[in-house]
Amino acid sequence: MPPPVAIAFSGVQKWFGTNHVLVDIDLTIATGEVVVVIGPSGSGKSTLIRCINGLEAVQQGTVVVGGKRLTATGGELAAIRREVGMVFQAFHLYPHKTVLENITLAPITVKRVLRDQAEREARALLERVDLPEKADAYPAQLSGGQQQRVAIARALAMQPKVLLFDEPTSALDPEMIAEVLDVMKALAHTGITMVVVTHEMGFAREVGDRVIFMDAGRIVEQATPQQFFSAPGNPRAQLFLSKILAH
Amino acid sequence: MDWSVLGENAGALAQGLLITLEVSALALLLALVLGVIVATLRVAPSPVLRRIGTAYVEFLRNIPLLVQLFFLFFALPSIGIRLDAFVCGVLALGVYTSAFVAEAIRSGIAAVPTGQLEAGLSSGMGYATAMRLIVLPQAIAKTIPPLGNTTLNLIKNSSLVSTVSVLDILGTANLLGARSFQYVPMFVGAAICYLILTLPTAFAVNRLEKRYAR
Ligand SMILES: Nc1ncnc2c1ncn2[C@@H]1O[C@H](COP(=O)(O)OP(=O)(O)OP(=O)(O)O)[C@@H](O)[C@H]1O
Ligand SMILES: [Mg+2]
Repeated sequence: MPPPVAIAFSGVQKWFGTNHVLVDIDLTIATGEVVVVIGPSGSGKSTLIRCINGLEAVQQGTVVVGGKRLTATGGELAAIRREVGMVFQAFHLYPHKTVLENITLAPITVKRVLRDQAEREARALLERVDLPEKADAYPAQLSGGQQQRVAIARALAMQPKVLLFDEPTSALDPEMIAEVLDVMKALAHTGITMVVVTHEMGFAREVGDRVIFMDAGRIVEQATPQQFFSAPGNPRAQLFLSKILAH
Repeated sequence: MDWSVLGENAGALAQGLLITLEVSALALLLALVLGVIVATLRVAPSPVLRRIGTAYVEFLRNIPLLVQLFFLFFALPSIGIRLDAFVCGVLALGVYTSAFVAEAIRSGIAAVPTGQLEAGLSSGMGYATAMRLIVLPQAIAKTIPPLGNTTLNLIKNSSLVSTVSVLDILGTANLLGARSFQYVPMFVGAAICYLILTLPTAFAVNRLEKRYAR
């Protein structure tokens, strides 16, 4: 039995210099839940999810992932990160490695999986993101949508319990957004815990369990997608929604 | 003008070429070792270490190499440290060049987007592993062109050791020119000797650059 709570923020405060970027964050995410984080630019969405895998440290409060508290010490942090995959807006594939190497690098070096097995699993993952023919290509030879699908496969290769997405489709041309969202939607049904920063309302509606709206470092509204999109309570959320739905 | 002196002194020039090669190779080795260490300081998380690294680079690369060489050769003996001219040459050239090596490596590391390190860390790699497998291979590729330039400069700068009586290419040519009064053939010979070292180096750097250009 996995712990019912996958991620828990309690009393979290974070500052960048004098800029208070996370304010009084209390948030519990259940195992298998798909949480969509939205909010205006600079509201702290990226910072929030980067605290889940310790790319950012908090100054007050605690972040607990899979029952383990995120502290700044190297070894434990790496152990938690093995269970938490991350997909970035700008992909960040390793340009000097092939697609297959991108996917197998962490399993081989971190988990000590044998190369043969790692490659077999990587090919299966490429199958899953619908890119089996690109195993030997270099990232620069792929389109943005293809690169992001490889990045998802790379994150999945560590068999994480939690997947974090930071605006995974924002850097993509419109015609490539759907292919990435389709992969993410399929993932949402597998029971993996997902925290997704995105403004793709269709995705939130279709597979989101909960929408979190952030403003100026605070979580100002939480609701099911149905509730949120039909009648957001917070006036800032209303304003924000009217803006993004306008185009 | 008597070009036959070139033929008569080919052996001496070849000996000088060997000395230039030795000084350059040893100085390059020293520069690479010191340069990597100082570059590590320059990107260290600790501000104090970073400041030490910066001070080292700015100090050494902003004082003429000839001044540093004269300091080792002429000034140190007056405080009781007497080094061989060849050793002074290697030390001055190596330490001076290490500032440029450090700078090339630092800018190479800085040119790798932080997202690369973050991607590695996010997949559970430790800092050292992510640096070694992800950041440094990309940094090295970006470092090859400036390091190639630095190496060529080092070979050319090595001619300064002739001023402290080392019989490298220039020292030999100068000596033989003075003896025979045939400066033109001797210095043309010296130029050819330098090209024998620098052109293949430039060619090799170009090849490496192409190979790592991805
Ligand atoms: N590394 C950093 N150093 C200093 N300030 C930062 C850093 N990263 C983020 N900030 C600041 O923290 C605040 C929150 O930023 P964050 O990136 O989390 O916002 P966001 O909601 O993800 O915005 P966007 O939609 O533009 O991605 C902003 O004011 C930003 O300028
Ligand atoms: Mg962001």
